Amino acid sequence: MPTFVYMTRCDGCGHCVDICPSDIMHIDKTYRRALNIEPNMCWECYSCVKACPQNAIDCRGYADFAPLGHSVRVLREEEKGTISWKIKFRNGHEKNFVSPITTKPWGEAIPRLADLPPPDEEALNSPLLTYEPEALKVDSGLPTISKDQFKQGVYY
Amino acid sequence: MSHFGNPEIIEEEVDILIIGGGMAACGAATEIMRWTGDIGLKIKLVDKAAMARSGAVAMGLSAINTYMGENDPADYVRYVRGDLMGIIREDLVYDVGRHVDSSVHLFEEWGLPIWKQKGNEGKKLTEGGKPVRSGRWQIMINGESYKWIVAEAAKKSLGPANIQEHVFIVRLITDENDPKRVAGAVGFSVRENKIYVYKFKACLLAAGGAVNVYRPRSVGEGIGRAWYPVWNAGSTYAMAAECGAEMTLMENRFVPTRFKDGYGPVGAWFLLFKAKTMNAFGEDYQAKNYGILADNGYDAYAAGPKMGTCLRNHMMIKEMKDGRGPIFIDTPTAMANLAKNMTPEEIKHLEAEAWEDFLDMTIGQCGVWAGENIEPDKEMSEIMPSEPYLLGSHAGCAGLWVSGPGDIPGTPDHYHWGYNRMTTVKGLFTAGDGVGASGHKFSSGSHVEGRIAAKAMVQFVLDNKDWKPRMSRSTKELAEEVYRPVKTFLKYKDYTTAIDVNPRYITPKMYQLRLQKIMDEYVAGISTLYQTNAKMLEIAEKKLEMLREDGGKMRAKDLHELLRAWENYHRMITATAHMKHIQFREESRYPGYYYRTDFMNIDDENWKCFVNSTYNRDTGKWTIKKVPYVQLVKPDDSEPEGIKRPAAKV
Ligand SMILES: Cc1cc2nc3c(=O)[nH]c(=O)nc-3n(C[C@H](O)[C@H](O)[C@H](O)COP(=O)(O)OP(=O)(O)OC[C@H]3O[C@@H](n4cnc5c(N)ncnc54)[C@H](O)[C@@H]3O)c2cc1C
Repeated sequence: MPTFVYMTRCDGCGHCVDICPSDIMHIDKTYRRALNIEPNMCWECYSCVKACPQNAIDCRGYADFAPLGHSVRVLREEEKGTISWKIKFRNGHEKNFVSPITTKPWGEAIPRLADLPPPDEEALNSPLLTYEPEALKVDSGLPTISKDQFKQGVYY
Repeated sequence: MSHFGNPEIIEEEVDILIIGGGMAACGAATEIMRWTGDIGLKIKLVDKAAMARSGAVAMGLSAINTYMGENDPADYVRYVRGDLMGIIREDLVYDVGRHVDSSVHLFEEWGLPIWKQKGNEGKKLTEGGKPVRSGRWQIMINGESYKWIVAEAAKKSLGPANIQEHVFIVRLITDENDPKRVAGAVGFSVRENKIYVYKFKACLLAAGGAVNVYRPRSVGEGIGRAWYPVWNAGSTYAMAAECGAEMTLMENRFVPTRFKDGYGPVGAWFLLFKAKTMNAFGEDYQAKNYGILADNGYDAYAAGPKMGTCLRNHMMIKEMKDGRGPIFIDTPTAMANLAKNMTPEEIKHLEAEAWEDFLDMTIGQCGVWAGENIEPDKEMSEIMPSEPYLLGSHAGCAGLWVSGPGDIPGTPDHYHWGYNRMTTVKGLFTAGDGVGASGHKFSSGSHVEGRIAAKAMVQFVLDNKDWKPRMSRSTKELAEEVYRPVKTFLKYKDYTTAIDVNPRYITPKMYQLRLQKIMDEYVAGISTLYQTNAKMLEIAEKKLEMLREDGGKMRAKDLHELLRAWENYHRMITATAHMKHIQFREESRYPGYYYRTDFMNIDDENWKCFVNSTYNRDTGKWTIKKVPYVQLVKPDDSEPEGIKRPAAKV
């Protein structure tokens, strides 16, 4: 479903250009609005659709296999922490879905490495990663392969 | 002033360069600051796109496919080797298994919504909250913002000054005095006329797998709807190969069977909703075709319904070959069965789950359904095996040969040379799709593997404190090479009246189509139903060599096309590796993914081993060899016979 941009809504802000993983959203020099310059390199990931502050971008099904007349529209509300979908079938039938996208306020529940005591030589040379073993939810150390799980002759 | 024909050159020296901003790179970026924060090593992360939405998880995911929980990581090793037809690096897989839950727990800590079983709502995994499992290893999530959350943690750890987005790395450069050591990398901005040259002591190359190497089933706009994200162009494999790193199992590929055209995921449908498949006549072809596995010894890798994913494809392809397609997935019966004991409220919830599974990770499938008026509870859908992709973290295991952790008892010497996840090139590390012979890591395993590699890189850098990187190529030479497609365009564009048809150059798009045609027709693409033989490969070899030569004649009319040019160059090198490996392995190890019609059997006696290769960029020559497979984890009763057979003597 390559993206397309509504002529009357786009203000050329460039959010879509920044976020597109495929580098296909560009600003047209004449119209000063965004456009998809390479529809057959669009994965239809909706990253630009979700990022557009003007709701100026949508997708229309890949013309070489999807019949016309349907739409899949999205509203990602960061503050609310939700994503809402409206699906319209070719026959007019509609479906709506809402789901959560996060359980925490953005930008707060991030790793606070500076709060940890500086690592010593021993920690650096052990196979344990940051927050391990606690983050593994095991009582002590890393899991190990018990003796009876080893192939005979390989070990023990 | 820099302009299109004359880019500005920016040089920077760091201790560690991270190439890529996907799951593995984000894991590395988060972890690395723990070990360098206090000693002040200089780190830089370079991504061709924006980290918040780059890589395979751009659109989100609906499941974390690798979570141990109550499972023993040794069983995880058994599962992975069963799926990948017996040959994996068990040390690497075990290493992922023993660490992976710590990444998943961090994701939850950072805000990723993880589904919990009834009565466990609101209880974190670390507090004993029971996840909703869609399979033994998979847990369900509301993952629309999965990548956003993981990238946020990485960005906050690293700090904005140490991140460079929208720069595509073209190649790695070896050390001036040691050709087996990496010292630098060169790339260019896709936004400004700038070339970036980095020098470093160590580098994590984690730029994902490869798509669009093969002609896709869709040929118009729908090319964009490949199953694998269209922006991962094999950069990991190509850059590592050109730097002299040893690759392993590059013959392996992934051919996912998915909902037709939209390539919507089937995992939840099979595992969670228990949907069944059938041929055009409503027959259960899996039951019917089970017997054909014995024809070529494939049954040695099936134990009842437990078998490698490729074997399931094999039984399906048989139906397609014999004209009994299309293959259907019976979604209405699955939904009806589940709904039997449900309240209307619960049924509504079930339906939402089915749609959200797609909306979280393959939105296009919803478009296909809506366009064709398909409601999955009322109408069946077709499923189809896709064109081949190369990757190392999903249900495939192509990639680089790396050192393992070394502390797992029984690890043979050839699995371990000091630093975890370091390739055979000194200072060059990889993770995620980059690590070969260790598939089924998925998003969480790739993240934790990035973390493992990050820590090992710090150790490497500390052990090489006084070493100064000196590159074997001059900056000027590199800049000229990177911008050659631009120069070619500017020099010849007025030679003809139409810029796209010009005997002096080839457009990146045509270059890609030429590659895809070769790979599709000669190297077991969809048009031969994944079949090839020595003669076809010989022809492919010749055509690929000419394609390599023409690589220097690609044009770039703007920065976007320069990006496409280098992506396609990376695809070409990756494709060549794939072809050479298939040519070398004289058996059909992965039936259903590809067939050597001149060697249709699985031949454990000669081929239960790795195939490893190295490439010499200066001579264009490939060196390929067998490497012994060593089994560490004892086979248990549930595993098929092939797993218990001895490895090939190499
Ligand atoms: C369709 C699909 C569905 C999946 N579903 C699931 C699932 O349900 N559950 C699950 O757990 N896993 C799933 N996975 C697997 C998961 O997405 C991968 O295992 C994981 O993303 C691999 O991580 P990575 O870092 O190796 O690659 P990616 O995450 O793909 O990252 C690659 C990065 O490299 C960058 N890059 C590429 N080339 C260059 C270059 N030349 N220079 C600079 N940067 C570059 C890209 O921009 C990107 O940032 C799925 C994968 C796919 C493709």
